Amino acid sequence: MSFISQSSPHAHATNSTQRVMLTVVLATIPGALAMVYFFGVGVIINLTLTIGFCLGFEAAVLYLRKRPIGFYLKDFSALVTAVLLGLALPPYSPWWMIFVGCFFAIVVAKQLYGGLGFNPFNPAMIAYVVLLISFPVQMTQWAAPVNLGDLPSISEALTKVFTGTAIDGYSGATPLDAFKQSESLTVADIYSQKPIFSEAFFAGAGWEWVNAGFLLGGLFLLWRKIFTWHAPVSMLAVLALMSIIFYDGSSESSAPVLTHLFSGATMLGAFFIITDPVSSAVSNKGRLIFGGCIGLLVFLIRHFGNYPDAVAFSVLLMNFAAPFIDYYTVPRSYGHSKPRRATEKVDV
Amino acid sequence: MSQVSYQEITENGLWKNNPALVQLLGLCPLLAVSGSVVNALGLGIATLVVLVGSNLAVSLIRNAVTDAIKLPAFVMIIASFTTCAELLMQAFTYELYQILGIFIALIVTNCAILGRADAFASKNKPIPSMIDGFMMGLGFALVLMVVGAVRELLGNGTLFADMHLLLGEFGRNWTISISDNYPGFLVAVLPPGAFLVTGFLIALKNIIDSEAARRKKARQALAPEEKSSRRVRTTGNIT
Repeated sequence: MSFISQSSPHAHATNSTQRVMLTVVLATIPGALAMVYFFGVGVIINLTLTIGFCLGFEAAVLYLRKRPIGFYLKDFSALVTAVLLGLALPPYSPWWMIFVGCFFAIVVAKQLYGGLGFNPFNPAMIAYVVLLISFPVQMTQWAAPVNLGDLPSISEALTKVFTGTAIDGYSGATPLDAFKQSESLTVADIYSQKPIFSEAFFAGAGWEWVNAGFLLGGLFLLWRKIFTWHAPVSMLAVLALMSIIFYDGSSESSAPVLTHLFSGATMLGAFFIITDPVSSAVSNKGRLIFGGCIGLLVFLIRHFGNYPDAVAFSVLLMNFAAPFIDYYTVPRSYGHSKPRRATEKVDV
Repeated sequence: MSQVSYQEITENGLWKNNPALVQLLGLCPLLAVSGSVVNALGLGIATLVVLVGSNLAVSLIRNAVTDAIKLPAFVMIIASFTTCAELLMQAFTYELYQILGIFIALIVTNCAILGRADAFASKNKPIPSMIDGFMMGLGFALVLMVVGAVRELLGNGTLFADMHLLLGEFGRNWTISISDNYPGFLVAVLPPGAFLVTGFLIALKNIIDSEAARRKKARQALAPEEKSSRRVRTTGNIT
C-alpha cells in the first residue's frame, strides 16, 4: 500500500514504451494495406521475414549481453524497426538480403551501441543504406503497381524470395525513377508518356495511395500525441517549398510538388522515420531545424544527386547533426527569462 | 638505457602494443588499402621494410643528433627508406605499385613509424631497435592482412585473388572463391567496411585480453589457498 501525496496535475500518463511502439505499428496499417494492394504478397513476405529475423537477432544479442530477453522484447522497439525496414525494402527481395539488413539494423546499429535509447542512428535506415550501397541491383527493383500489370502469384513470389530466380516483367520504374531517367522530357511529356504517371490521379500510380495511407497513419499518431508536429511539418514544408522554387515545367524542372510529397518514401519518412524519439533532436525548435534540413537534403539529393530517393541518406546525415542541433537549441527552462545556451556556464 | 628483453619486444609488437589494434596508428593506409589480401600484403611488407630500416638508422645516429633537430632528422631518414621501398616496388611489382599508388609514398606520414623511431629506436641500441621495427611492422602487416582477407571474403567472395601481382607466376592460381554466384557484399569493400572490420577486430582483441585476465585472476585466487593450507600444516607441525 502506498499513499504518496502528489500535487496537481493529477493526470495519469498511460504512455509506456510498449504502448507507444504498438501504436506506431498500428499506425502503419493503412499504408501497409495500400502497399499490399498495389505491390502484392511480397510486402507481406518482407514483413514476415523482417519481423522474424529482427526479433531473433534481438533475442540472440540480449542473450549474449546477459540481459533479460523477455523484458526487452516486450518493449516492441525491435518490432517497429522490423516493420519499418519491411516496408522500406522492395517487395520480393531475396531472403538473404533481408537477413543481412536485419543483422545490421538490430546487431550493429542498435545493440552494439547499447540497445534502445543509445543508438545514434535510426536502425532501419542504417540497414536500408547498407543494403542500398551493397546490393544496388536488388534494391532498385520495385514491383510495378497492380494497375500497370499483373502481380506475381504467391508461389512465384516465394520462389523469387527463397531461390533467387529472377522473375522479369513484374518490376517497373517508381515515379521518382521515371523522373530521374527521362531528363530530356518536359514534365508534361513525362506525365503523358510514362504509364506510372498517366495511370495516376495526382502523383504516381499506386505510390500516391501508399503515401496517403502513411499520411493517415501519421495523423493518427499526431492525434494520439505520440510525437509533436514540428519535425514532419517542417520537413514536408521545406520539401514542398523547394519543389515549388525549382518547378518550371521544362525538362530541367524538378518534379511537381505533389509528386515530391506523395511518392517514394516521403510520408513514411516524415511520420515514421524522422519522428524516432531516440535519434532525432529533442527540443521543439530543434525538431523544426532537424525536419527542415531533412526536407532540404531529400530535395537536393532527389533533384541533383544520383539516387532517385533520398530519405534514408538525409535521415542518417541529420542523425549525425542531432546532438549538435540540441546543443544550440536548449529550451528556456521555467523560471528563467531567457533560454540558457548549452555553451554558457550554469549559475547556481 | 636498460636492457629490453627480446621476448618483451616481440610480445609488444605482435599483441600487447600492436600498432594497428592498440596504438591505432597508421590507420590511413590500414583503412584505405585493405580491400584485398594482395594489397594488404604489399603495403604491409613495404611498411615492414621501411620500419626496420628507419629504426636501425635512427638508432645508429641516436647519440649524434640533438633533441632540437630530432624530428626533422627522423622524417628525412623515413622518407629515404620510403623512396627506396617505392622504387623497389616500381621495379619488381609494377602493377601492384600502380594499384597502391599514393599510399606507398604516404608510408612517410605513417605515425607508427615515426612513433617507433621516437619512442624506441632513439633510446635503444641498433639490434633491439631493428627487432622492435621488425615486430611492430609484422604486427601491423598481420592486422592489415586479416582486415584485407575479411573484406575480400565478404565483399567479393574470394580469397588471395590476384596474388601474382606480388608473387609472380607462383601465386597466380591461389584464388579461392566461395561460389560462382556470390552476390558481392559491396559495403565490405567500400570505406565503411574497413572501419567496421577494424572495429570488430579491436573488439575481438579486447575480448581475448579480458578473458585472459579473468583466467589469470581465477588462477591467482586459487594459488593463495594452496599456500595457506600448506602453512596451516607447517604451523601444525611446529606446535
